[in-house]
Amino acid sequence: MAEFRLPANSRIQPGREHKAPAGAGRVRRFHIYRYDPDSGANPRIDTYEIDLDRCGPMVLDALIKIKNEIDTTLTFRRSCREGICGSCAMNIDGGNTLACTQAIGDIGGDVKIYPLPHMSVVKDLVPDLTNFYAQYASIKPWLQTRTPAPPDRERLQSKEEQEKIDSPSACILCACCSASCPSYWWNSDRYLGPATLLAAYRWLVDSRDEATGERLDDLEDPFRLYRCHTIMNCTMTCPKGLNPARAIAGIKQMIAERKL
Amino acid sequence: MSQPNRPLSPHLGVYRWQISNTLSIVHRLTGVMLSLGAVVFTVWLVALAGGPDAYLGVVGVLRSPLGVLALAGWTLCFFYHLCNGIRHLCWDAGLGFEIAQARASGKAVVAAAVVLTTAFWLVVLTGSGS
Repeated sequence: MAEFRLPANSRIQPGREHKAPAGAGRVRRFHIYRYDPDSGANPRIDTYEIDLDRCGPMVLDALIKIKNEIDTTLTFRRSCREGICGSCAMNIDGGNTLACTQAIGDIGGDVKIYPLPHMSVVKDLVPDLTNFYAQYASIKPWLQTRTPAPPDRERLQSKEEQEKIDSPSACILCACCSASCPSYWWNSDRYLGPATLLAAYRWLVDSRDEATGERLDDLEDPFRLYRCHTIMNCTMTCPKGLNPARAIAGIKQMIAERKL
Repeated sequence: MSQPNRPLSPHLGVYRWQISNTLSIVHRLTGVMLSLGAVVFTVWLVALAGGPDAYLGVVGVLRSPLGVLALAGWTLCFFYHLCNGIRHLCWDAGLGFEIAQARASGKAVVAAAVVLTTAFWLVVLTGSGS
């Protein structure tokens, strides 16, 4: 059921202020969600003033600067710093995106940073993605075949067949889309969410895959697939410019068409 | 796995309202309003079957300023829900999923709902019925 209010242990308290050093040039305020599992206290918002003249251009640069120079306890995931690993997905300025590809200059006013929405928080900006990964595994994201492979070559695709999976296989599983979806917020225990459904679509339209029928059987469910109400938050927020909403509509069409 | 003491990260309270998610929740709200409107419509039908006195009583309420305001609200809800429903049918047919298209169709739906509601009431108020 949809629970609109945050549970009592999740309500945000005011936090600490870290002022910019004297003589700082272009000062920008970063309001960052903090939760320390060891203290047992409720989450809080800490404010850090950053001199943009002494900071890289991206939000991730600011987070790393804070961790290096101001507050070493700030915890977040990051790795590639170029938008391909998906580790630094978080809610920045009201939308989910990757901190490494979000320019500070594209945000007007103070920068507000939260973990991905409606997730169980491990610490600070680190959400627990166990359920998200389990859902991804549940759609069997690998090639399933019945016929033996050709003895002398790979299973080949035409250029057109390859282009069908080009875009959906560019997903980096950062979870920005699923964590932006209100249907996923209220029903993540039963609704697969946009990222997993985009992955399911990627295998449904793969010309080499021979389990299309079973895949559709698994998806045809009031919750697993049909909790999608085309709110479009997923497509609006995808940092890779992919279109999970269209992929989900594609799955619904495949299920409708096989009944005709 | 999720531990009971872990907090839930903020969601509705921090996520930015955009044309996409706003129109989606408005579609739901107008649907709820139309369900309430259907009850009033039923009351009107029952009064119609109940004879002149019952009918005039209900019509009197509906013609009061508050009644007309409610009816105007319901027609706006109706036309919005209708137009946005057609938008959803297009999506179900796989059309209009580019971000620019979805934004444009959203604005078009709001404009169409306002225009149709205005046209409807112009006909009602200037037509032979009043």
